[in-house]
Amino acid sequence: MQRRHFLGLLGATAATAVLGKPAQAGPKHFTGYPDSFGVLFDATRCIGCRRCEAGCNRVNGLPAPARPFDDLSVLDTPRRTDARTFTVVNRYSTARGPVYRKNQCQHCLEPACASSCFVAAYAKTPQGAVIWEEGVCVGCRYCMIACPFDIPTFEYWDPLAPRIMKCHLCYPHITAGTLRVPGCVGACPTEALVYGRRVDLLREARHRFHLFPGRYLDHIYGEHEMGGTNWLYISGVPFREIGLREDLGVTPAPEFTSGALAAVPIIAAAWPALLLGIYAISQAKDKAARQEKRQALREALAKAQEECQAELAKVKAKAEADKKAAIEREVKKALEEAAKAQAAKEEGE
Amino acid sequence: MSGEHAPSTPVAEERASLLTPFNIVTGLIVLVGLILTVLRFTKGLAGVTNLSDNNPWGIWISFDLLCGVALAAGGYTTSAACYVFGMKRYHAAVRPAILTAFLGYALVVFALHYDVGRPWRLPYPIFYSPGPTSVLFEVGLCVFLYLIVLFLEWTPSALEWLRQKRWRNLMVRMTLALTIFGVVLSTMHQSSLGALFLIAPSKLHPLWYSSYLPVFFFISSIAAGLSMVIFEGTLSHRYLHDKMDAHYLEGHDQVALGFGRGAAIVLVVYFFLKLVGLALDNNWHYLLTGYGAMYAVELLGFVALPALLYAVGVREKNLKVIRWAAVLTVLGIVLNRFNVSWFAFNWHLPAAERYFPSWMEVAVSLYIVTVGLLIFRFIATRMPIFHEHPDFKETEPEEEEPHEHEPRPHPQSFGH
Repeated sequence: MQRRHFLGLLGATAATAVLGKPAQAGPKHFTGYPDSFGVLFDATRCIGCRRCEAGCNRVNGLPAPARPFDDLSVLDTPRRTDARTFTVVNRYSTARGPVYRKNQCQHCLEPACASSCFVAAYAKTPQGAVIWEEGVCVGCRYCMIACPFDIPTFEYWDPLAPRIMKCHLCYPHITAGTLRVPGCVGACPTEALVYGRRVDLLREARHRFHLFPGRYLDHIYGEHEMGGTNWLYISGVPFREIGLREDLGVTPAPEFTSGALAAVPIIAAAWPALLLGIYAISQAKDKAARQEKRQALREALAKAQEECQAELAKVKAKAEADKKAAIEREVKKALEEAAKAQAAKEEGE
Repeated sequence: MSGEHAPSTPVAEERASLLTPFNIVTGLIVLVGLILTVLRFTKGLAGVTNLSDNNPWGIWISFDLLCGVALAAGGYTTSAACYVFGMKRYHAAVRPAILTAFLGYALVVFALHYDVGRPWRLPYPIFYSPGPTSVLFEVGLCVFLYLIVLFLEWTPSALEWLRQKRWRNLMVRMTLALTIFGVVLSTMHQSSLGALFLIAPSKLHPLWYSSYLPVFFFISSIAAGLSMVIFEGTLSHRYLHDKMDAHYLEGHDQVALGFGRGAAIVLVVYFFLKLVGLALDNNWHYLLTGYGAMYAVELLGFVALPALLYAVGVREKNLKVIRWAAVLTVLGIVLNRFNVSWFAFNWHLPAAERYFPSWMEVAVSLYIVTVGLLIFRFIATRMPIFHEHPDFKETEPEEEEPHEHEPRPHPQSFGH
């Protein structure tokens, strides 16, 4: 085996070990699956034609919208994705005139939705897409709470089997071979959308910065936001002006909860010991109190007995004395009587 | 289940006594609840709720789940106080608290069946496809296990009622283990309910978002539990007085005083922890905004004020003040859970996209609370909850002044 191959395999093993658990904290920094795919959106090229919306709708067999895709008046009001629409284009008025921006799942490198799902219905594929599996979803909608981009949607009207609906980067179509690029990208007439390896897209974005000085802001939205996303944006106007939040930070979502989750085993291990300790202390205290009580009782009893005995002795002594006195009295009386009788006898004689 | 007073004359009066205001109101609520249940499972969540893609969680989570679990914390606090911390004088309060907690958790799970999309899959996270990276997984697992613990802790009441002495004694012997397991599980999921929102710092207002959220939720749940025991004790005292024995009544005021003192301390700790959270994230400047006013109302009016009232009430042995403090604390917990999961959640969205519940959501929540109330009454009027079963006396032989009044054996408690 060649050294380079071995190192590659080693790297892959290490990567799987790390990537298998997106919630990994610590010094390791996950920069995405190697060679994963994404899309680069160029806001300076988008003309707001909504062909991408139509393309997405077609390849995914979504229901036809209330107003047709060539009706551009829908751009007058801002829209969000919903359970029948995986992607929307909105128009924003900026200092540089109207700018259009397409919205859909950003396909985070470490997705909040996947980390928040308590049945692991989501998966981050090594190819880059964040996908949702219908088979186990309970419909708790915690993923919708968790997603910083407000992407997952829900079929609220379905009473028994509502699904989470969102862009899957055409992962099923591309893996099945029916599509080579996502439906939206294939439909874009102005090359505002480019599908490719994420590393190549980052390079392409920088290349455009270089080619057209002054046309772009020197920032690729999605390179670091929320730990990085597979969907990337470049623009000539600040991103907040085209509806992208600039206050999300660069921390991957799973890290927000990893600390709290790490405390769980500590509680499970430490609490019983602590509580049993408290129980033992309170038991010991009770026991000591009971013993003290018993001791006090015993002492009181002994004291009472002593007093009682003393009293008894006194009474006894008194009774004895009385008895003695009585006997003496009787003896004296008897003697006196005897003496009297003697005297009477003598007188009679 | 008929009215409070047993009717003396037969049928006609029996029928009349069923039409008490209480029965009419609860009956109506239950009826509406059943109709809405049908609606929920035919028209979907959209037919009943105002939930949307931006606001996936509504009052069924804010109230039924978050408040329900927090207000059922009386179970673990009371049993821990009595059995672990050795405060045996609170023994009389344990059974009502356990029953309330058991029903509370059972109803939380019941309510979730309305809220989630596919309720029959609720066992999936535990038995079929666990997602251990999720805080909700921890919540689910702990609530599931704790529900079993509470059921087991409650069984002695039922077994005494059914006169199963052997089983009852077996269950009683497990008390300590169950109590400790219950405290561990409660610590975990009470805090995890707060941790649920850690993943969304970009959606929750900074005044309520804090890495301490799990700690806040746990500490405040203790205050909630203690206060609910006092609050409920007051209500039960009023409406179920004839089911209470001397042991319970004797302990009743003592429980209010002792728990009031505990709640005062916990609320003070909670108050300062909240300030630490505020200082740590340096969020003071938000206090001058509208959300700041709401935060101040929550912290001063529903944490500091009840703490003070509790302290005064305990010091002066004034039960009335203590009861008011309990009501304020309970309302404060509800306000806090609403703030975190509703009022201050999605605060960045324009007003038109914010959530407000439909009347049907409120009615379903009301229906679930009513069902809980009815089950509580059903059990408390039959099983030895507020009195000791004459055959299973456990009152400490140490305090052996003979009870003036033997617990009046309730006719129903002797079964058939």
